[in-house]
Amino acid sequence: MTDTDITLAAVEAEHDTDTLTPGQIFRRRMFGHTGFLIGAGLIGLIVLIAIFAPLLAPHDPFAQSLSSRMLPPIWSEGGSPDHLLGTDQNGRDYLSRLIYGTRVSITIGIGAATIGLLIGVTLGVLAGYFGGWADHAISFLLTAQLALPGLLLAMALVFIIGPSIWVVIGIVGVLHWTYYLVVTRAATQRIRNLDFVAAAAASGAGARQILWHEILPNLMSSIIVIFTFELGIAILAESSLSFLGVGIQPPTPSWGLMIAEGKQAMFYRPWLVILPGICLFLLVIGANLMGDGLRDVTSPEGRDG
Amino acid sequence: MTRLLDIQDLGVTLPLPSGDLHAVRGVGLSLDRGESLGIVGESGSGKSMSALALMRLLPRGARSGATALRFDGQDLAALDDRSFAQQICGPRIGMIFQEPMTSLNPVYTIGRQMTESAVARGLLSGARAQRKAVDLLDRVGIPDPEIRMGQYPHQLSGGQRQRVMIAMALMLDPELLIADEPTTALDVTVQAQILDLLDDLRREREMAMILISHDLAVVAERTDRVAVMYGGEIIEEGKAGDVLRKPAHPYTRALLHAIPRLGGAPARLTAIPGIVPSLLRAPEACVFAPRCAYRRAECTAAPPPLRDHGDGHRCRCVLTEPPRAARVAEPLRRSPAIGQEPVIAASDISQVFSSRKGLFGPRREIRAVDGVSLELKRGETLALIGESGSGKSTLARIMLGLSAPTEGTVTMLGRPVASLSGTERASFVQPVFQDPYSSLNPRRRLSEIIARPLELAGTGDRSSRAAAVREAMDLVRLPERLLHAYPSQLSGGQRQRVAIARALVTRPEALVCDEPTSALDVSVQAQILNLLDDLRAEMGLTCLIITHDMAVVHQVADRVAVMLNGRIVEEGAAARVLDHPASDYTARLLAAAPRFEDRDTTLETAR
Repeated sequence: MTDTDITLAAVEAEHDTDTLTPGQIFRRRMFGHTGFLIGAGLIGLIVLIAIFAPLLAPHDPFAQSLSSRMLPPIWSEGGSPDHLLGTDQNGRDYLSRLIYGTRVSITIGIGAATIGLLIGVTLGVLAGYFGGWADHAISFLLTAQLALPGLLLAMALVFIIGPSIWVVIGIVGVLHWTYYLVVTRAATQRIRNLDFVAAAAASGAGARQILWHEILPNLMSSIIVIFTFELGIAILAESSLSFLGVGIQPPTPSWGLMIAEGKQAMFYRPWLVILPGICLFLLVIGANLMGDGLRDVTSPEGRDG
Repeated sequence: MTRLLDIQDLGVTLPLPSGDLHAVRGVGLSLDRGESLGIVGESGSGKSMSALALMRLLPRGARSGATALRFDGQDLAALDDRSFAQQICGPRIGMIFQEPMTSLNPVYTIGRQMTESAVARGLLSGARAQRKAVDLLDRVGIPDPEIRMGQYPHQLSGGQRQRVMIAMALMLDPELLIADEPTTALDVTVQAQILDLLDDLRREREMAMILISHDLAVVAERTDRVAVMYGGEIIEEGKAGDVLRKPAHPYTRALLHAIPRLGGAPARLTAIPGIVPSLLRAPEACVFAPRCAYRRAECTAAPPPLRDHGDGHRCRCVLTEPPRAARVAEPLRRSPAIGQEPVIAASDISQVFSSRKGLFGPRREIRAVDGVSLELKRGETLALIGESGSGKSTLARIMLGLSAPTEGTVTMLGRPVASLSGTERASFVQPVFQDPYSSLNPRRRLSEIIARPLELAGTGDRSSRAAAVREAMDLVRLPERLLHAYPSQLSGGQRQRVAIARALVTRPEALVCDEPTSALDVSVQAQILNLLDDLRAEMGLTCLIITHDMAVVHQVADRVAVMLNGRIVEEGAAARVLDHPASDYTARLLAAAPRFEDRDTTLETAR
């Protein structure tokens, strides 16, 4: 060993005090991103409400009281402090139903987005890594999926299988994997040609080990971003299905269903439509803000700057 | 008489998430008509930033300022962006960029791109611009210029594109041409042609030129004056001969000694310890002090003065007398050895790539390797030389067992490679790749990256693996402190050490290094080449080194094989091939390699 290498170590020691680990940079950028903080705050709040719904709801969401039907919210004329946001056509407490509706929306959002993730990422990684006929076949599947009208197909499927929350999750999930596939396929094709994959192959790693150990970790950030976007899309899809009568069935409280039920009285009792609409808006905007924020935070060039 | 270009105290600051990067500080440049100035520096030294600041092409968010910025007596700082683009950028100052593959727009014809700026500015009519473009293409050595005018960039080779870029810059007859690493992306033989062309054009048109390069040898041959940049400052400036033959700054001196040379017996390179400084804080003293062998107390206290060594040779250093002591080069630690027993033997290898456009498109075939036989013998270092597209990397992948050849067989230790399992192969031969930025998984810590081949081979338990990782890091001189760092926290040289450590952790007998130093700076290249010398001496490694750099070949190789268009055109002992090349192609490669003249008297080899 020559003495130059000792000074080398000393200089490098001085150098790396001012560099941050990727985790530190990530956290620093995350907490400096207003959009992300608002989105994550909203989503966090809604998830908490869903979990603690029984503690928060002032009434049983299923209890009907025909004597107090269609009570207005507390701030308009005729409202009562007993029902803060009024009651619906069957005299059920609207606030309690909205709080319980959070559960349906969150469950369907997370469930469907996860199913889409599993399908899309698996297909995308396989198509990107193996190429050739696998890529051709999967790309064909993608084209076929994109050519089908999603909502119509979902309605037909629910109609055939029969409506329940699990069927809705499954169908919405199975129909929303294209975005995952497109992104992970392109990213895998890029990463597959990087030298660290060749280095792993030269060390005797098989395709499964390379996919799992080398490629997937590098896809994580984009997968998380798509997941948050798909969360919003799945929730809206559930609302659409429920609104059309083929999603969640009464008396389960779902925001989409509540809008559908309220629409007969929309011109006299607008809050029946507006209140679940606001909830839906907050949840979807929260998911989108969080997704946008995550994309900015994880992108190497730092779009937030 | 006013000078053509006069820049005083130029500074560029780039905002980064972790703070402001002081990329260029206090740079002064001046240039007369017809003069050529070379700016030399390693990556991150601020040489390109200075040129981009002059051309107002800095990345978004960057701030630049100068006390004086005059071109031909005109104050450039007073011009707004619009009139700058109209009057200066193009008609008076032209610029050529590094990457000929991306600096032409792929959807427009060559002719349109060449005539566009002259016609849009109203300087020439369409027909006259067309004629001038054809003349210029002819002048820069593009055959059949009229036909080329109607072609698209993808129909031209890299060298031809760079010629088109040069012709395009000359369309408006600029008085100053800035060439930012014009040949870095090109092959050696093409590089020599392009540099000669630039030199001829400059003389012919009495045009001033700024040649920016990381390659001292390129600059040494082609420029009148040289400015050496380090850490965002010009640390030495003067006539090319003075700076490169009688360097006054310890950095310039060390850089010159770090370059492998083609002449004489190969000797240990004098690597500059440490890495380029981080410029997140504006340094208050000498930027080079932490790595300087002549460091004194005053170096770290205050910025060193700019000293004049006569004849316009200026240097920013505390030393009044430049170091003149003869450099004593140590001989290589490993004695050249040519083994007899072949460890990897490839016989009659051919590789054909076929591709289809879409599902039903026509099949196209490319023969990348064509009937090559090559033996790697125990203990030797074999260099595989060739220009891009010669099939040398494809051959290396085949010899590693990473891809199966279309025809022919590869045997490792006498057994066909196809019959070996992945881990058996891995325990025998390991690769080191060219680009240290893509050869390490960015999401894994160093400890995981280096231990991975052991995990895959299933050898040892957690603690024995950790010990092996430490040992490998020690072998490549990486401090243990970096064990849990991520690749993004390391410099290029450190990453390449990690890649070598990962290759060595399974104790393989052979290494296949694909351009192991071509992505690295000269001073770091010296560190890695010395490391390879150490490893071969200590471990008796067999090496196959793929490179395009003749000086590296001279430095490391026992035996040489030269590839051209998928075939081996020459093979033999390194000394013989480099001194008396038998094939024309090898002779051309050697002639094109940029080099210093061999009258460097300060270089002595101790025996």
